[in-house]
Amino acid sequence: MSTAISIVDVSKKYRLYHERNQALKVAILRGRRARYEEFWALRDVSFDIEQGSTFGLIGENGSGKSTLLKCMANILRADKGSIVVAGKLSALLELGAGFHPELSGRENVFLNGAILGLSKKQITERFDEIIEFAGLERFVDSPVKNYSSGMYLRLGFSVAINVDPDVLLIDEILAVGDAEFQQRCAQKFVDLKERGKTIIIVSHALDTIRNFCDEAVLLHHGRVQTIGPAATVVDEYLEGVHIDRQVDVHGPRSGSGEIRVERVSLLDASGKSTTRVRTGDAMTVRLEFVATEPVERPVFGLGIARIDGAEVTGPNTRDAEIVPDKIEGRGHVDYRIDRCLLLPGTYDVSVAIFDYTISQPFDARNRALRFDVEHGTPFQRHGIITLDGSWDIVEDAPSS
Amino acid sequence: MTKLAEYRGKHELLINLVLRDLRGRYKRSVLGWSWSLINPLATVLIYWVIFSTFLKVQPPRGDPSGLKSFVMFLVCGLLPYRFLADSMSGSAESLIVNANLVKKVYFPRELLVVSAVGALLCTFLIELAVLCVVLLFMGNMVLTWIPMLLVVIALETCMVLGISLVLAPLNVYLRDVKHFVLIALQLLFYSAPIVYPLRLVPKNANILGIDIALRDVYQLNPLVPLIDCFRAVLYDLRFPDAADLGYVAVWAIGLLVFGHWVFGRLDRRLAEEV
Repeated sequence: MSTAISIVDVSKKYRLYHERNQALKVAILRGRRARYEEFWALRDVSFDIEQGSTFGLIGENGSGKSTLLKCMANILRADKGSIVVAGKLSALLELGAGFHPELSGRENVFLNGAILGLSKKQITERFDEIIEFAGLERFVDSPVKNYSSGMYLRLGFSVAINVDPDVLLIDEILAVGDAEFQQRCAQKFVDLKERGKTIIIVSHALDTIRNFCDEAVLLHHGRVQTIGPAATVVDEYLEGVHIDRQVDVHGPRSGSGEIRVERVSLLDASGKSTTRVRTGDAMTVRLEFVATEPVERPVFGLGIARIDGAEVTGPNTRDAEIVPDKIEGRGHVDYRIDRCLLLPGTYDVSVAIFDYTISQPFDARNRALRFDVEHGTPFQRHGIITLDGSWDIVEDAPSS
Repeated sequence: MTKLAEYRGKHELLINLVLRDLRGRYKRSVLGWSWSLINPLATVLIYWVIFSTFLKVQPPRGDPSGLKSFVMFLVCGLLPYRFLADSMSGSAESLIVNANLVKKVYFPRELLVVSAVGALLCTFLIELAVLCVVLLFMGNMVLTWIPMLLVVIALETCMVLGISLVLAPLNVYLRDVKHFVLIALQLLFYSAPIVYPLRLVPKNANILGIDIALRDVYQLNPLVPLIDCFRAVLYDLRFPDAADLGYVAVWAIGLLVFGHWVFGRLDRRLAEEV
């Protein structure tokens, strides 16, 4: 295996201007352009990316991952160190960058293709495919300013993906268009991967990184914190996040308020409040409420999602056919889980109390509780939950 | 040399960017492309009324063409000036209006400046073609001078490109540049023989008690010999003065080299500052 991108001791410095004033006045009065502080967005970053691999860059906001991607794409120049790319590189940082709103879809495909480095002949060859993939056959000759934002992005994506580079850089743009289009995009990436292209992804969608990437690097304040197999790096990132981040106890709240959520807590098997459980443990989510006036047929619901936003489950009392006729005063609702099948990670619980039609919330609180799951039984590394299945490996008796 | 390799195969991108500028320019206006002729015509009309009718500026007689027309004299100088002026003000903005491209895609950024100048060069060529047709009707046999005209156009283009390659990145770092450009352009307009002939500039003058050879100083401005070259081939129908041509060529090459060097220096942090 040869190296597709070799990054050696790359550092990148930004200037943070105290007053963003590009006026000559400042230059003359102070004898220089403007006062600024230097800030290292990347510090001594070194690693290699194998040809044909799919590589993820993860980290908190401001960790330098997008800066690194832009340095690879040659949009930004590193202040120190070097980045060597083998083969043709294409960066999908913004779809439809350079589209001219007054020009037609057809004209923009040629323009955008040329910007991304295609020759006229190549674009002509791929034109039908590009338009078909974007699903815009009927709108080819309308100006793109009349396109919906979805159409615009689809066209941008379709041109970009047809550039057919050796190395493809992607920044947070996998979620484009409707489910069907996303499906086709995913297929396209798999095709590229199978054809031995190197793909580098920056994303907050940790699922994508975990499932799609072979390797990943975790950046922290511009330095490489971990590099290795994608699943391991994602796990380490999730571990780190729950130490660093503070839970917003009074998360966003909405609703008409006749009945309100007072407190949300997680109880372990012994009934003690906790924020840490193991896979396989018993646990209870307790929602304490207070109704200031009689409320008819309320529905209690909760949603559990991993912190990257991947929804796990959303049970409610109406689906379970437990709806009291009327509620008044204080009380609590328990959602008892005999065996927690969540796999290690950090999860958020959102809660809501609705009217019977589940259209009007009385009270809804997003991310009211955050808790961590640690390895337990059953042990499983990949996924969000375990189905607690069992394996059987049977060898057929050799037929003679 | 790696820089040169980067440009190879980029001519198609350049053509596309020029086409984008040209196609986008008059979209949504009712008169569309006629604007590219109405604009200079209106300017010519205004200057003609003011300088020929009010101020009674006498155009020189073309030698050897024998043509004597203020409008033709004016247009032969005005069109090259407008190409320079529009390029300078337009290219100063060329990187800023394309900020989303500079920040999100990599390609040699010079191309944005070159294409802005290229699109204006197209308009300039069309205007000159119309001018040539009119001159033919007036009995000036310009056709034989077209090869020479192309040389002069090429020299002006190099000059304009060089200036634009300095102004465009500079304006990203210092947004005041474009305002200075507008003032500089007014100064250039009146300090070149566009609306008046060169002979109206006094040979010597006494400014603040100092005697200076005003016309010699005046002629240091490369726009002066440049306009003279355009007038020579279009209005007078003669070979441009060799000294003028040489002086313009030195400026053109000098500015182009300087512009390329400056752009290379300022290119590094364009994506951050734009």
